[in-house]
Amino acid sequence: MTTKLKLALASIALATGGLASAQTLLNGSYDVAREFYKDYNAAFIAHYKKTTGKDIKVDQSHAGSSAVARSVADGLDADVVTMNTTTDIGFLADKGLVAKDWTQRFPNDASPTTSTMVFLVRNGNPKGIKDWADLVKPGVQVIVVNPKTGGNGRMAYLAAWGSVRKSGGSDAQAAEFVGKLYKNVPILAKGGRDATSIFLQRNTGDVLITFESEVLSVNREFGEGKVDAVYPSSSIVAENPVAVVERTVVKKGTGELAKAYLAYLYSDVGQEIAARHAIRPRSPAILKKYSNVFKPIQQFTVKDYFGSLGEAQKVHFNDGGQFDKLYTVK
Amino acid sequence: MTAASLSAPLAAAPVRRAAKKVLPGFGLTLGYTLFYLSIIVLIPLSALLFKTFSLTWEQFVTAVTSPRVMASYRLTFGASLFAALVNLVFGLLLAWVLVRYKFSGKKIVDALVDLPFALPTAVAGISLTAILAGNGWIGQYLEPLGIKLAFTPAGVVIALIFIGLPFVVRTVQPVLEDAEKELEEAATSLGATRLQIFTRVILPHITPALLTGFAMAFARAIGEYGSVIFIAGNMPMISEITPLIIIGKLEQYDYAGATAVAVVMLVISFVLLLVINGLQAWQRRFAGASA
Repeated sequence: MTTKLKLALASIALATGGLASAQTLLNGSYDVAREFYKDYNAAFIAHYKKTTGKDIKVDQSHAGSSAVARSVADGLDADVVTMNTTTDIGFLADKGLVAKDWTQRFPNDASPTTSTMVFLVRNGNPKGIKDWADLVKPGVQVIVVNPKTGGNGRMAYLAAWGSVRKSGGSDAQAAEFVGKLYKNVPILAKGGRDATSIFLQRNTGDVLITFESEVLSVNREFGEGKVDAVYPSSSIVAENPVAVVERTVVKKGTGELAKAYLAYLYSDVGQEIAARHAIRPRSPAILKKYSNVFKPIQQFTVKDYFGSLGEAQKVHFNDGGQFDKLYTVK
Repeated sequence: MTAASLSAPLAAAPVRRAAKKVLPGFGLTLGYTLFYLSIIVLIPLSALLFKTFSLTWEQFVTAVTSPRVMASYRLTFGASLFAALVNLVFGLLLAWVLVRYKFSGKKIVDALVDLPFALPTAVAGISLTAILAGNGWIGQYLEPLGIKLAFTPAGVVIALIFIGLPFVVRTVQPVLEDAEKELEEAATSLGATRLQIFTRVILPHITPALLTGFAMAFARAIGEYGSVIFIAGNMPMISEITPLIIIGKLEQYDYAGATAVAVVMLVISFVLLLVINGLQAWQRRFAGASA
């Protein structure tokens, strides 16, 4: 039975892939990075062929960031994970699938790219929304992702909290501001795309808080000019961390390839592809080159006000945390 | 079920077998039934229980009784019950029309009933939201009247009515088809009114099927996630369903907490289904005694 299956699989591999010895890499990644990695994979395959002469194949597996982390923990043979939340890789590190010091394995805390949270408003900005303070005005409806179910939502929440701290406020003032903000939230979307569809297709809400990279896909899918992007005075650095899954590469012998794959994200080519998908590159030169996409914005990191995303998760988002209190404590 | 007991009826002499049971193959089929049920239902469910055992009793209680979770039970079971009741009434009506009347296009109507079975639930949720949202086909007329359906608990009920519709229709329809017309004719000739015929002759006959359909629609609604999630609005304490709470817990890698809530759901559903089945048995005995 198993040998038959293997034979069948091998023949399929032969028929489709040509050389049976070509190494295959599986990249477990979050939903909205699908387009970026499609372009990046093509570039990396060409680069790898040129430098080593070897043919390789890269497969992608996408779902919500933490859903991918859970499947990898349950046995999905991903060689590398490229996420949008550091806690998802932290979870894999706790399980021993990823090196404990994974943030030290690559530059910039192993995050080759970042994004930030910005506002999308309806064309012409009828409610005159310019900064965080405008979101808590009466009559303004804010669409955000539920921090319980999506990384996008956690970042929006932390960005709102941090904006108060950045302007000199205390944690108590930040809590009060966030409380007021979520009073203006009529719907908590399940994930980033769900929020976009509520805002644009259901035509609900005056402002959508989302990743900067969503602006590009909104313009692409719904046509230019339906929404305006508003950059608040300050926002958060949302890191897109990457790591090699040790369990898989040991089994498949793909360690070197996996490392090369992630390292190439830091190259000018990799950074530029990211920039084209409105994902902020770390390279200052390329960031400057695309300054029409990446408007300057004062940024703060999760570390500045929350210690780490893991600590923020415990204090704010876990059951009984600060976010639950917004709804259960009157 | 051991191999020995499985093969025993097969090895037994035909004379003995005939003495015991008229229909052969009981041991084999029961063995297979138990095996199949174990693989498909019992083993996954026991995994659920084992995962929960990693919690202490206090942790378990806290996980399943926090205010947000309690609010979600109320919504999930309340909305499911309400939707199943609506389907009970209108499903019966639909089945009645499909069985008792002849009209053109009946085949199409009949086929339409099954659509909620076949449609991916996420698609159902998205289309219902698109129609009922403030800018949708129906929502745009309701919103000026102050009626909001999408992103409220009412939206949850509507989604659950949609996915539960086929259950009542499809369980009642065949029973209604088999109902003997002669009984109704006899009742008429004995001077019964139409209402009396319906309540005394037809209803007792189809009640078991109605209850089965109701139970199935109800059970289906409790577990529904895909369609509800798009229309609910998912506000804590207001429009969060229990399956969303479970997903939320998984999102924070709280496997044990997620399974704890799942176990509570499972137990409540199981008890409710037992009650409905009990009701059905009681009704059958009652109907049998009065006949």
